[in-house]
Amino acid sequence: MGMKSDIKLIDAKGKRLDGRAIDEMRPLKIEAGVLEQADGSAYLEWGNNKVIAAVYGPRECLPRHKASPYGSTLMYRYNMAPFSVDDRKRPGRDRRSTEISKISEEALNKVVLTERFPNSMININVEVLQADAGTRCAALTAASVALADAGIPMKDMVASCAAGKAGDHIVLDLGKLEDNFGKADVPMAIVPHTGEIVLLQMDGDLSPKEFKTAMTLATKGCMMAYEEQKKALKAKYKGGGKK
Amino acid sequence: MTFIDPSWGVKSDYVHNLAAKGERADGRGMNDYRKIEVTTDFIPHAPGSALVKMGDTQVIAGISLQAGKPYSDRPNSGVLMTGAELVPLASPEFEAGPPSPKAVEIARVVDRCIRESDSIDMDKLCIEKGEAVWMVMVDMHVLNYAGNIFDAGCLAATAALHNTKMLKFEDGLVIKEKQKTKLPVKKKPVECTFVKVGDAVMLDPSLDEEHALDARITFGMVEKGLCAAQKGGKGSFTQPEIDSAFELAMKKAGELRKHI
Repeated sequence: MGMKSDIKLIDAKGKRLDGRAIDEMRPLKIEAGVLEQADGSAYLEWGNNKVIAAVYGPRECLPRHKASPYGSTLMYRYNMAPFSVDDRKRPGRDRRSTEISKISEEALNKVVLTERFPNSMININVEVLQADAGTRCAALTAASVALADAGIPMKDMVASCAAGKAGDHIVLDLGKLEDNFGKADVPMAIVPHTGEIVLLQMDGDLSPKEFKTAMTLATKGCMMAYEEQKKALKAKYKGGGKK
Repeated sequence: MTFIDPSWGVKSDYVHNLAAKGERADGRGMNDYRKIEVTTDFIPHAPGSALVKMGDTQVIAGISLQAGKPYSDRPNSGVLMTGAELVPLASPEFEAGPPSPKAVEIARVVDRCIRESDSIDMDKLCIEKGEAVWMVMVDMHVLNYAGNIFDAGCLAATAALHNTKMLKFEDGLVIKEKQKTKLPVKKKPVECTFVKVGDAVMLDPSLDEEHALDARITFGMVEKGLCAAQKGGKGSFTQPEIDSAFELAMKKAGELRKHI
């Protein structure tokens, strides 16, 4: 964010570097049920992002001290493959993935009916195979589909999308260059049925008005992502779920 | 072991019941900060430091300066690193060991707030292009955890940065002697945190309010607008709740800045 360069992110006609309009999302494709071992899984491609999510559980909670008599403990793990970015990412947890995992886990807690499975845990593991800006949103969107695919009772899915500022415009779903050279990034996730905000981050520099515009735009993006999530589930389960 | 106090459940009910009436256990209004005290240069040996008391919460921020290699994509710019330590001395909830997700989140949100506000003039921290730059380390050390480390920590960090004196660099070595010149800091980024308890949204959560919260939102405010934001907690906010909290944050940020 905020790196200086001469790149013009938006041309005179209001088109972005990859030809998108300012309120246009990158192509999003989701497939549910792609891994045999997992209780539920999903594969997602969003622009050049490639993300795969797997859900295990509810199962016995380990370590034991994380168990709660009030409900199942969600354990969300966002992880980037070493080859997912240009400069190899050192394997294992870092501060960034720890933070993303924490807030994504909290976001999903709003929709999963954890109280149905006291003392258990539900693991949600997301691997970013290829990263191209917006991976936390891609990961959370895929994770919701994997949870639904695992048959875990939920009030709704969580849908996620980012908006941001490129040049002087508020744009939807930042691409890689817009992320690096843009002025702000606002990732968001909502519960589509109610519009409740379950994840909201922001970094960069925005005026109050721009921030509000960005939130409105990101909400629209979330709704578009939600349509793709539903499509993925219908594609698998129409006709009884036999593939 | 995760520490859970059996009294939290009872206190949480109490906080919820009061919040529904628009009241708080310590008698504050919903949009009031606790009493804030800032002591700068608390650790005179460090190039910069500040102790912030926000009610019973106490956080020290200390600044260290080192010379190091710049990042290859920004050979002219100094480097900022921010850490937070939730030491076991500060609360029965904290454990020794590697930083918990909570500590990582606090450090990263304060880091974003300072970095994205552009408050440190990083280009002035270049010693020799591509070879050596000043690395500014901000370390937040919590001494007593009584809620809202985000705001107290960020206030301490900003106050400490404004109080930081440069060190001398000679023949490839840092001489640990404070100079008269100050670290080039232009702005005063601060954070304002709100929590939602039931349907009520309140500023500056106390410890009991943090244990009872459904959701939390932190705004990193710089003079003209917003530079960082972070939602936390297992609950959610509606759009109008976010909008009104944000409007209030703009007012409250000015109040916080007066302490620096």
